[in-house]
Amino acid sequence: MRDVAVVSFAQTKNVRRENRRNEVEMLIPVVQEAIENGGVPKDEIGFYCSGSTDYLAGQSFSFVMAVDALGAWPPIAESHVEMDGAWALYEAWIKIQCGETDSALIFSFGRSSPGVVRETLTLQLDPYTLAPLGADPVCLAALQARALLDSSDHSEREMAEIAARNRADAKSNPYAQLTGDFDVDQLLAEPYFVSPLRKHDCPPISDGATAMVIAADDVARKASKKPAWIRGIDHRIESHQLGLRDLAKSTSTSLAGEKAGAVDIDVAELHAPFSHQELILRDALNLGDDVKVNPSGGALAANSVMVAGLTRIGEAANAIWNGDARRALGHATSGPCLQQNLVCVLEGE
Amino acid sequence: MSEEKQPIKSIVTPSRLEYDFTPGIATARFLRHMEQGRIVGQRCTECTKVYIPARGSCPRCGVETQEEVEVGPKGTVTTFCVVRVPSENIDLTLPYTAAHILLDGADIPFFALIQECDVADVRMGMRVEAVWAPEAEWGPTFENIRYFRPIDEADVPFDDFKEHL
Repeated sequence: MRDVAVVSFAQTKNVRRENRRNEVEMLIPVVQEAIENGGVPKDEIGFYCSGSTDYLAGQSFSFVMAVDALGAWPPIAESHVEMDGAWALYEAWIKIQCGETDSALIFSFGRSSPGVVRETLTLQLDPYTLAPLGADPVCLAALQARALLDSSDHSEREMAEIAARNRADAKSNPYAQLTGDFDVDQLLAEPYFVSPLRKHDCPPISDGATAMVIAADDVARKASKKPAWIRGIDHRIESHQLGLRDLAKSTSTSLAGEKAGAVDIDVAELHAPFSHQELILRDALNLGDDVKVNPSGGALAANSVMVAGLTRIGEAANAIWNGDARRALGHATSGPCLQQNLVCVLEGE
Repeated sequence: MSEEKQPIKSIVTPSRLEYDFTPGIATARFLRHMEQGRIVGQRCTECTKVYIPARGSCPRCGVETQEEVEVGPKGTVTTFCVVRVPSENIDLTLPYTAAHILLDGADIPFFALIQECDVADVRMGMRVEAVWAPEAEWGPTFENIRYFRPIDEADVPFDDFKEHL
């Protein structure tokens, strides 16, 4: 295996409605920032991979137009996944492992504001039995929260505490969208949004974009004084049919964590758009109370679809760069109720 | 299996999503210029190419574009296609010509109709000009230009536009 490191990460501020700039105009500054900070000259970056979904833009092949942000002359090697950018990182990591390139730029973008994201994400369900029901992500997350509360000692108070903690931590994250100090008793006095979820248990609707540069071996050592080495990266998927899964557990996260070597973690950035999902993920990864979870505020503070997962890995790298962690974990999820999960373990020198 | 219970071979599950389109800063300015009857592209500060309609970046260099340059209204047919089959939603008399037109001052051609001309007379390198809708009908749209028509100018040699097919 080749040693591969994250050498830079850049992100836009997450906002409810980015209706001035298009996707390319959002991407240009973050792509340039990632390249400048990455230390790998642009003409030496051997591969580009993006994560996004045309369903958000409402335009087929919208990801092709995003390449306008890169500068594709002389010709570049480029690919795309219709997934969160964390999976674009996985593809780029595989490319490097195969020896096809020594460095890559990964980027992702997602604007939920042009459409109604609850309706858009309904179309990711199986088209025969689930999508026609109009079961949207909030309703399905509520089913999952109910399954967790009924089968464990976890409580709605813990969920409110998670929401309050994430949004308080997000106050020091200039890219976060929903931040502030919230009183748990007051949160619990609010009515249900979709029982047992209250509004504070749900993520904000966000527009945003990210870019990251990774590099192998000596290219990384030359480019960066402090490479965040990828010690393990793995992703696993569970059944599309929610009825075939135990929604209160995340076996795919457990498996991905085991394969990626998720032990001795100082900081974990978990992609948990709904508060109860942080409980499920902590259990799945056996994270003890000594692990700092989501110092960035996580997806409860900024949840640009297709972006928030790669952002968790970027924030895990930030934790290594700013000295908060020797070993940090970035997690990304995709699909309803944590259907698919990716775990990436990063380590400083 | 009884006749009442035939196997289900297909189902229809209609879906519909609505979007508010955001053109972006550069394309919004392009459309506002169109509303004023001007075709305005953007020039890349690095490679000096002029893009129309601009999308805010130079896809070749990957840098932001800001400098605005008025182009046209005359241009050159770089390549074309004669359409002889009817198509849904297109209300034109057959046959007609769809062409790539490189406006004077621009470095990228775009797709438009050629009219006021026999399809047999359309050729690569032919000079054309934009025919606009009446000013009262102008809006923030490319459709203000109804079509292009030939003008009495000498054809452009192939070598001068061969990069813009």
